[in-house]
Amino acid sequence: MQCPKCRGNMRTYERNGVHIEQCENCRGIFLDYGELETITRMESQYSQQHMAPPPAPGAPAWGAPRGGHRHGGHHQRSWVGMLFSS
Amino acid sequence: MTPLQLDLAAIGRKHAATAGTPAVVVPTRPDVEIVRVGEVVVKAHAPGMDAAALTPRVAASALLGGIMLTPLVTTVQCAGGRLATVWPAGVPVDPADPDAAPWEEAARLLAALHAVPLSRLPVLPPAGGPARVAQRVAVLADGAAEQVVRAAARALPPGAAADGAAHGDWHLGQLVRHGGGWLLIDVDDLGYGDQAWDLARPAAWFATGLLDPDVWLRFLGAYQEAGGPALAGLSDPWERLDGPARALTVQLAATALAKAREQGRPVDEVEEILIDACGRIAGRTSRSQDSITQ
Repeated sequence: MQCPKCRGNMRTYERNGVHIEQCENCRGIFLDYGELETITRMESQYSQQHMAPPPAPGAPAWGAPRGGHRHGGHHQRSWVGMLFSS
Repeated sequence: MTPLQLDLAAIGRKHAATAGTPAVVVPTRPDVEIVRVGEVVVKAHAPGMDAAALTPRVAASALLGGIMLTPLVTTVQCAGGRLATVWPAGVPVDPADPDAAPWEEAARLLAALHAVPLSRLPVLPPAGGPARVAQRVAVLADGAAEQVVRAAARALPPGAAADGAAHGDWHLGQLVRHGGGWLLIDVDDLGYGDQAWDLARPAAWFATGLLDPDVWLRFLGAYQEAGGPALAGLSDPWERLDGPARALTVQLAATALAKAREQGRPVDEVEEILIDACGRIAGRTSRSQDSITQ
């Protein structure tokens, strides 16, 4: 395949199930139909996994991160006081 | 004893079974006085408590046998310029052992209270709760942590409509064992309100990571199994709990912060957890759902 821009030779790579053609001369990239959508989907999955840990199941988004529960404070006075007062 | 405590003791003696029983001052929050005479407890309500609001609340509790402690006297008394009510003494939850607290029983009592039709009760004032958040935030000093709590308060969603009878200020101190079972106490905030508010404190404790998730699920499950109306028909209880739990988190943080400042000490780990949660409610970190799903 030839690069539509500079007529250079294009090499095919496969990365995580996505085919991309890259020009060995100008480094331009060609995507097949549907491949841009596949990359976008993978990007959003990545950011969900890496930007913010989801809250524990059955918990609100603003809650403590999963695994972040610190309910070991049973014996802390301010915690016990809070359980029993307005 | 102060003159007020002596007045309360005199009221208690009138209702005590045996003469000559000594009166004992029961420790409680600063704006309330409680004196116990044998099996009788007399409570002086906070200054400024409105008799027109307290009277139907006490009368309602007398109709809620098996759910709320029944007053010994259904009329509101006067003691030293304060409103006073008379109750049988019960056994509170042991603060030394919160793990043994009757979470399921509490949930079932709240579900039972919420299921009582308002038509069976005297006309009740609005339940306490939503107003308390604003009060606690209004008195905060200036400081970085205070700013976070204020920002969270400004970011709170509008309150839901009132949907029935609500306790208005439920926590573990609002339970006593009496006559062989647990009962709800404290009518000061009882009224017509958003019932989900009664579940919001434990919901906030769970969401912020303070309450063991197992304990939360026991409480929530018991409420749902008992047919608690506030969560009836919801596949996700957080549809109803989210707003009140956010508000309670702000209230708990404001209360804790004010206490730390008053005692002139830095915030402790528990208070830090609440302030962090306020930061997330205020959208000050990348953890808000909006930033993930945009």
